[in-house]
Amino acid sequence: MGIEVNGKVLEVDEEGYLADLNTWEPEVANVMAKLDDTELNENHWEVINFLREYYEEYQIAPAVRVLTKAIGKKLGKDKGNSKYLYELFPYGPGKQACKYAGLPKPTGCV
Amino acid sequence: MSDAKKFMYINRKAPYGTVYAWESLEVVLIGAAFEQDVSLAFVDDGVYQLMKGQDTTEVGIKNFSPTYSALGDYEVNKIYIEKESLEARGLTLDDLQHLVWEDEDEDWAEKDSIRVVTSAELAELFEEQDVVLSF
Repeated sequence: MGIEVNGKVLEVDEEGYLADLNTWEPEVANVMAKLDDTELNENHWEVINFLREYYEEYQIAPAVRVLTKAIGKKLGKDKGNSKYLYELFPYGPGKQACKYAGLPKPTGCV
Repeated sequence: MSDAKKFMYINRKAPYGTVYAWESLEVVLIGAAFEQDVSLAFVDDGVYQLMKGQDTTEVGIKNFSPTYSALGDYEVNKIYIEKESLEARGLTLDDLQHLVWEDEDEDWAEKDSIRVVTSAELAELFEEQDVVLSF
């Protein structure tokens, strides 16, 4: 399977996660969002960029509970809660945001 | 959380060459989602898992040592290192990563996660556990 981004076809697994995270570019997130009928705004990007930084530092995609807490610490309590994050990413902030960020499915996500 | 069980994961092997170290870390991270009382012990060659400055470029395996720093975020903050294992390998605490966790109740104050314990103290800790998993 693959998705077309800027004229290139990038391989994704059966759940739509990017096969090689090094092939990620911001347009990947836009294309994936469009497939989910979602338009990304700056609040989405805040979370996506946060996840990419987290992965860069720790080499894992955080579990949703960890993500929620870490977002709260970095961006404030009004954003570090499940309600806010689920409104942005209704398919689950861990799964959906990690997918757009080109990361593997979060560790501990079944 | 009266039904929380005490889980201890014992890590005995060097980080690369076998899958035990990474598998153990993944199980710990997955298990942490279930809000149990989790602790980790590093004994024998397992102490090498926490060495600073790991570089796996030559062996072609992902360097997962940065992931240990995420344990604090997962509220895994009881990490025991066996003193005898450290000494037998000519290592000190300074050779290991500095792992911390942040106490949300104290305005995110950073606290040390690692505790060096003797073999005898570790034996007592094993005794207190409901579940011990050895990797």
